[in-house]
Amino acid sequence: MSHVRYIDKTREYYRAEGYDRPYRWAHFDVIPFTPLARPLAECRVGLITSSEMAIRDEPPPVADDDPLRDPYSLPSDTPVTRLYSRKTAYDRFATTLDDVDAYLPLTRLRELAASGRIGSLAPRFQCVFSQYSQRKTLGVDAPRILEWLREDRVDVAVLTAV
Amino acid sequence: MGLVARHLEANGIPTVVFGCARDIVEHCGVPRFVFCDFPLGNPCGTPFDPLMQRDIVGLGLDLLATATAPTTLVAPYAWPEDTWKEKCFTKERPFLDEAATAKWLARKQAYRDVKAQGTA
Repeated sequence: MSHVRYIDKTREYYRAEGYDRPYRWAHFDVIPFTPLARPLAECRVGLITSSEMAIRDEPPPVADDDPLRDPYSLPSDTPVTRLYSRKTAYDRFATTLDDVDAYLPLTRLRELAASGRIGSLAPRFQCVFSQYSQRKTLGVDAPRILEWLREDRVDVAVLTAV
Repeated sequence: MGLVARHLEANGIPTVVFGCARDIVEHCGVPRFVFCDFPLGNPCGTPFDPLMQRDIVGLGLDLLATATAPTTLVAPYAWPEDTWKEKCFTKERPFLDEAATAKWLARKQAYRDVKAQGTA
């Protein structure tokens, strides 16, 4: 069976719920492309996710009722057993978010750094919310993440959409 | 997530996106995309299957090293059954339960309010 058409599904779903104006998903004709400048074995890898990570027994990094939901960073050496996802929008009927590495591959990237396939993992990973406002993502969230990656001297970035 | 990847790429940082919603990511347009045809939530492989996850993450790194133009790579794995594809995001199986929907709507309104005040 072919892949799920989420754009069509969400349009139908929300139309049935009484929302007449369909969400306009981001679309661009031109795709920026930066070639890799050096071997991966010499690269520091950054990790960015929309999985809304938090640390057990600590307050959530962003409150549920925060309208802005700015991006945030967490230390990459946090044991995965202490991390959990606060994401509510995923297919909870078909799968689970109980294994962090299925959507935030910290352990896998640590293994790849240990084996020399990548140079290193950045000291922090970033969490960015799937915002309703594309203007907020483009104008505020993405520039902030770029700034953090530059501070950490990240060469390449892995992004996981959850 | 596609928007963030595009911004990083445009500013000199090569990126690879792992995702399960092929149409949304490709509609946006990102430089390198590893598509995992799994239910939303597991873009790097099946939970508790480290070998598969290692392979899928490795495919993304290969793509970083080898792609010379925007590319989608389909991870060579299938979910054990595919009835979820028809059932997902329907009235019977909404992504957000009632409580999460209420929070989402409240946040959306709060963001509009903040924007109207000119602080966002």
